[in-house]
Amino acid sequence: MYQYDTYDQAMVDARVADFRDQVRRRLDGSMTEEQFRPLRLMNGLYLQLHAYMLRVAIPYGTLNSAQMHVLGDIADKYDRGYGHFTTRQNIQYNWIKLEETPDILADLAKVEMHAIQTSGNCIRNISSDQYAGAAADELVDPRPYAELLRQWSTFHPEFNFLPRKFKIAVIASDTDRAAMRLHDIGIQIVKNAAGELGAAFYVGGGMGRTPMIAPLVRDFVPLDQFVTYAEAALRVYNRYGRRDNKYKARIKILVHELGKDEYTRQVEEEFAHLLTQNIEPPLAELERIKGFFADPAFDTAAPDALDRSDPDFALWLDNNVAAHKQPGYAIATISLKPTGGIPGDASADQIRLMADLAERYSFDEARVTHAQNIVLAHVRKADLYAIWQALDAAGLATPNLDLVTDIIACPGLDYCSLANARSIPVAQKIAQRFSDLGRQRELGELKLKISGCINACGHHHAGHIGILGVDRKGVENYQLLLGGSEGADTSLGQITGPGFDEDGIVDAVEKATNVYLGAKQGDERFLDTYRRIGMAPFKEAIYAKEPAHG
Amino acid sequence: MKILTGNDLKSGAVTWWDGTDWSLHVEHAVDAGEHGEAIIAREQALQNVTGAYVVDAEKTATGVRPGHIKEQIRATGPTVRLDLSLKPADRDAGNWVI
Amino acid sequence: MVETQFRFRDDEPVGDPAVTVDSFGDQTNAAAVRLEPGDDARDLLPHLDRIRLVEVNFPVFGDGRGYSAARILREAGYTGELRAVGDVLIDQIALMRRCGFDSFSPERELNAADAEAAFARYGEVYQPTVDGRSPIWALRHGG
Repeated sequence: MYQYDTYDQAMVDARVADFRDQVRRRLDGSMTEEQFRPLRLMNGLYLQLHAYMLRVAIPYGTLNSAQMHVLGDIADKYDRGYGHFTTRQNIQYNWIKLEETPDILADLAKVEMHAIQTSGNCIRNISSDQYAGAAADELVDPRPYAELLRQWSTFHPEFNFLPRKFKIAVIASDTDRAAMRLHDIGIQIVKNAAGELGAAFYVGGGMGRTPMIAPLVRDFVPLDQFVTYAEAALRVYNRYGRRDNKYKARIKILVHELGKDEYTRQVEEEFAHLLTQNIEPPLAELERIKGFFADPAFDTAAPDALDRSDPDFALWLDNNVAAHKQPGYAIATISLKPTGGIPGDASADQIRLMADLAERYSFDEARVTHAQNIVLAHVRKADLYAIWQALDAAGLATPNLDLVTDIIACPGLDYCSLANARSIPVAQKIAQRFSDLGRQRELGELKLKISGCINACGHHHAGHIGILGVDRKGVENYQLLLGGSEGADTSLGQITGPGFDEDGIVDAVEKATNVYLGAKQGDERFLDTYRRIGMAPFKEAIYAKEPAHG
Repeated sequence: MKILTGNDLKSGAVTWWDGTDWSLHVEHAVDAGEHGEAIIAREQALQNVTGAYVVDAEKTATGVRPGHIKEQIRATGPTVRLDLSLKPADRDAGNWVI
Repeated sequence: MVETQFRFRDDEPVGDPAVTVDSFGDQTNAAAVRLEPGDDARDLLPHLDRIRLVEVNFPVFGDGRGYSAARILREAGYTGELRAVGDVLIDQIALMRRCGFDSFSPERELNAADAEAAFARYGEVYQPTVDGRSPIWALRHGG
């Protein structure tokens, strides 16, 4: 993975001093909260329902064990012994003290980490495919391109006060594991007819209150013009994105209001101008970065055989382990969704344990997934049993990847000051209802996503089943959506109808799964059946009048 | 009644206006009447609190209770981690919300 | 009139009041113009040879359109004074400098020591802009 040189290190060290100074000026009263707020946000520091919350960047979700150890230690030293992995592959801490934040940043900087631009109206952490470098289906490792963009976007002088936040994802396979088209800019590394690599730019996707799927704006940007194109796309947005209404300020609204063709025309015009400005890093820089992402020294003699005699282990293998490009290796996903647990939370001890496993078994590398799980990307199949045993002992071996209990949930009203309803208790109740693993497996791949408000941090629009918490006259109420997807077949879920209370939404989810099981043909997933039969049968079952009980 | 809540500037801890200072305990909250915004403006200028706002509440047999679930959770702690609340030993802490 | 607190130029400051972009076109002798966030900096490009001062107004610090306006003017070869005015704060001035601003007239005076620290904080930068600093990638590859 990428390693800082003295320049990168100096940058994060300067940032620590910078933020220490900003905190000093806030505490001594020379800055008002109004002035400080955007500054602390640009460093990932929120004021949440109970305390300050710090979001730490995990660029494209990749971590080494030393970094992960520090994440665990921060949870113990400055927080309350746990952290929360987010849908943008970051980690956040819920109980942070403002006065200690500069020290946390200093601890992070020692292991080449930071919280730069993890919030605020700027370019956020660049996300990517959690199987990067390991997936059998990828064209190239997308992370060097993400790293190039990370450096470009870090303290970009022109784009720190955009109309609204800006999220970029980079992938390099046709299977989209990063919800690429639901980002402000989604980039897919592709090959053209001449066999050259380039970047396809999708611009103007997003969730939130107006979900939109990003249209393709340019199908091929040569790699030696890649950063320049991103700069052009951003400049048009910075100049013309709406600033009169924060709910209409994302780039998706600009692209939508101008129309894709007019937006593209403006970007191409700006791009032609910027090409004359020589702002593109040389390809040698991309090659330098690529050097850090070369394949690890795989054991070419690693055996492919697996002993499946332990049935619990076999279940975990079938559910949580994916094919690796290298024979004898596999990709293992550690579920942070134990039944009754809090999706995405991990204790300091669990974080350190995962770090140790990554160090010992996965070339010192772990990944955070946008579904709030952890991946060990390069594991010898022969080591899987030992890994599983260690995970099982720590409550980390739940075999539910992509099943109905592998729920994405935002922190909701339990933690978030913007939320209208709680998300976590709903996730817990659904996980309890479907706790029987045989039942989960019968339902197959079923992506369930819960947001506690319209901002959609829980990606409810993109869930095969989505749940949106709303405030109905001071009472939590939950709307059900069906048919969303975030993959290569991205689609937006549709609301079934009137909302439910907390128990009612669990019943409604169960009824929807029953409709699927009754109508399923062949190998259809829930989503496939929904797409074939449409909303009507689901609606009918969900809203059917209960027979009166005698 | 109208009570005031905010966060301690340095620690971020949730606090409630008790008439003379900011308390960690909602039970200490007092009715700010019509003076809420003025108290907030003064206290924020003094750096005693940040993000403060006025909340509708009622006095019940068990103490002051915010009117909306958001501030009820704010007063209690995350309902899914009552071990982190101000009363980790109180098994009924969660019943307070809703 | 607000004082110019920081100026990184040696030439004589322009004394003329800055006119709006709208009226600028008709006043063929005007040498100073004021850009508001909604103005298109490119409207000034045909007149760059007679402009000696552009004031870019930041009515609120969170409106970042002025950063693009500044770079556009510099990228087009404008060499006159480029002044940030309005809600200009400590933590924005280094970014503004990178976008081509070479004078600053904050509506509230900035602490001079804090401002100096802010201008000097980041020794190297990742992006090339119009300020002439070599980006880190150029330093890495023998720029």
